[in-house]
Amino acid sequence: MTDDDLLVASIEDGTVIDHVRAGQALNVLAVLGIDGSGGDRVSVGMNVASERLGRKDVVKVEDRELSRTEVDVVSLIAPEATINIIRDFEVARKERVDRPDEVVGVLACPNPRCITAADEPVDSRFDVLDDGVRCAYCETIVREGIADLIAGD
Amino acid sequence: MRHDHIVTAKQLSRADIEAVLDRAAEIDADPAGWTDHRPDALLGLCFFEPSTRTRMSFETAIKRLGGDAVDMGATDESAVAKGESLADTVRVIGGYVDALVLRHPREGAAKLAAEHVDVPLVNGGDGAGHHPTQTLLDLYTLRESTGLDGIDVGIVGDLKYGRTVHSLARALTNFDARQHFVSPESLQLPASVRYDLHERGAAVREHTDLSSVLGELDALYVTRIQRERFPDETEYREVAGQYRIDESTLAAARDDVVVMHPLPRVDEIAPEVDETDNARYFQQAHNGVPVRMALLDLLLEGSA
Ligand SMILES: [Zn+2]
Repeated sequence: MTDDDLLVASIEDGTVIDHVRAGQALNVLAVLGIDGSGGDRVSVGMNVASERLGRKDVVKVEDRELSRTEVDVVSLIAPEATINIIRDFEVARKERVDRPDEVVGVLACPNPRCITAADEPVDSRFDVLDDGVRCAYCETIVREGIADLIAGD
Repeated sequence: MRHDHIVTAKQLSRADIEAVLDRAAEIDADPAGWTDHRPDALLGLCFFEPSTRTRMSFETAIKRLGGDAVDMGATDESAVAKGESLADTVRVIGGYVDALVLRHPREGAAKLAAEHVDVPLVNGGDGAGHHPTQTLLDLYTLRESTGLDGIDVGIVGDLKYGRTVHSLARALTNFDARQHFVSPESLQLPASVRYDLHERGAAVREHTDLSSVLGELDALYVTRIQRERFPDETEYREVAGQYRIDESTLAAARDDVVVMHPLPRVDEIAPEVDETDNARYFQQAHNGVPVRMALLDLLLEGSA
């Protein structure tokens, strides 16, 4: 165990999202809709030394196991992340994130002339491309700054 | 044809397109034979932005099939002004009619609307997005004039915002047609159209200078460059002037080059071109009726 690992205390039950690209930890929380108001105990390590990434962020969420959909969404902004499901201080399951085919209701279309930017009773829907996402309605392609599209509530 | 709705040109296969064009040719050959073909069909026209021409073309088409049309009217008098969603509006009007045509200023409107209606919906243009029935009549005109395979088509003008271009470019990937995109740099094809063309294996040949490719072209598809795309009048005039089609353009082109335009035009094609054998744009506009008759007939057939 390195000094950096000690920066974020180990948890009993929950999810550790590791190998998040440095600077993206708060965006990971945002895509998961975690802002502290739900009572989740959350710890965040930023710019932790990493052999693979140089510097990385780590997010730990206690008493909550991420669903498949949540893991999919994390993949959009943290494609190198690993998800560790922790039970009784042990890693019960470890998985790499997988890019989903589409994400629904998470991102807001940046095209001001998109029908989803009007007051319509539909969830936003984006198809996931190899190098970005594409609005399923207006077909706008976004390759950079996907985290900026995360819809605020 | 097995589509519930016609939202984009992209959804249409070569066989779909040929089915519509073949039916349109049958109608064109014997218009009188179709006047009682759909006597009970009622078409709803939902135009959220003015387009007299497209609206009249659809209305004529359904009436020439023996059916009728009901029109939502000007949008400022309707529920839209009271803040009703598009989804609710089309759901209600969809309950009155056998098919719907939607024209809307926002991109993706037709896709959203199609998710909320049980009758066939035809996209009559959505923002800078798609205009699939314009594309079908463009293809019909092109097929009559040059055929759709083994041709070089020059698409000229505002390629960034021009939805007729976005639809046509995608549809042409179904055919052995080489597309040449001619525009000022600031009005080149948007990323979404490029993506689709690449995905279909179609080359994107871009030119800023029409003369560099003019001699190779079988057809010239000209679109309007709008004043509001440019910061000032002088720059606009300079750019627009470079893509104006006149007698000297025709002199440098192949003798049998076909000149098309989705209309209305302003001054991007000189009036002197109108009287030449090259001009096809009025024929093209005229083709809107048989092509829309064919499409509506096929859609109503499928949903009957
Ligand atoms: Zn959009």
